[in-house]
Amino acid sequence: MRLVILLSDMMIPAVMVYIVLYGARKKVDIYDAFVEGAEKGMKIVVTILPTLLGLMVAVGVLQNSGLLEILCRLASPAADKIGFPAEALPLTLMRLVSSSAATGLLLDIFAKYTPDSFIGRFVSVMMCCTETVFYTISVYFMSIKAKKSRYTLVGAMIANAAGVAASLIICKLCWG
Amino acid sequence: MLNYLWGGFILIGILCAAFTGRMHAVTTGVINNAKEAVTTCITMLGVLSMWTGFMNIADKSGLTENITKKMMPFLKWLFPDIPKGHKAFEHIGSNVAANILGLGWASTPAGIYAMEELDRLNGGKSGASDMMCDFMIFNMSSLQIISVNMIAYRSQYNSANPSEIIGAGLLATLASTLTSIFFIMLRRRFFKKR
Repeated sequence: MRLVILLSDMMIPAVMVYIVLYGARKKVDIYDAFVEGAEKGMKIVVTILPTLLGLMVAVGVLQNSGLLEILCRLASPAADKIGFPAEALPLTLMRLVSSSAATGLLLDIFAKYTPDSFIGRFVSVMMCCTETVFYTISVYFMSIKAKKSRYTLVGAMIANAAGVAASLIICKLCWG
Repeated sequence: MLNYLWGGFILIGILCAAFTGRMHAVTTGVINNAKEAVTTCITMLGVLSMWTGFMNIADKSGLTENITKKMMPFLKWLFPDIPKGHKAFEHIGSNVAANILGLGWASTPAGIYAMEELDRLNGGKSGASDMMCDFMIFNMSSLQIISVNMIAYRSQYNSANPSEIIGAGLLATLASTLTSIFFIMLRRRFFKKR
């Protein structure tokens, strides 16, 4: 446990030290290079903002309209049948759209059931192996203005569903 | 596809709010989220630009090339259609490396650079190429080894053993990543190239 925390605290500083030392050894003008790169980053964020804004507006509707609850209530009988905790459904869906909204729901579950309950463990594992698919697809494809994402969404959803299923099976085996 | 989903979310959501009497909640929620998008971007402006700054040093010093070279056998196998020695490989390499280390906001710019290179390869066609779709699917299969945030949240909520989920998380991540690779291979086997 302490080793993991130590490693994670070391991660970002270690990456920085490595890059700076490597750059200095290869006689790159490191500060100039940093500033040049940072400028490119600013432009990227500017292109991300409209995409993020559009997505967050849709998330706002989804969260507050009761649609998410209705969708989850419709799906919960099927979820019960396969032993999927119904309380984790809103989080599983939200995870695809918005990282911050998903984190909010995750912490609600932790507060209500504790992280050491079965559902607490399940959502912990599930969050590790899934990704904000909608957000990522929109940001990446918007930045190059490709209109058709073709089979990307299908493939990403299948991989994510496999992650969710694997989380459930692994949690059942370990803590069920 | 995303256009329909986005429109669907908004239209069905508001219709739903009209029936459940939650119009007021939707109004405040939408406005708050619009504000949140901007505050997120302001934070991102700092952190993401910091990473693109460091990444530029790594690019210029040849470090990125070096790391990519180590991943090359795997990347070449996964993306055989990208010409040998193409710049896209370097960006894909740093994107994958940042994802594995869990540096989320460092992986985004690298991913976008990779998409720009792949777009150039695609000759400005409006639809995505197979390479783009495959890269995106692999990228979104979650590559992170240890979710540090998750451990922090668990300990914040008084878990007796916040890091007990690491092993299970790793296995589940492996499952989703292998599934994405499997999907890409099946796609290549059964669907024509574009």
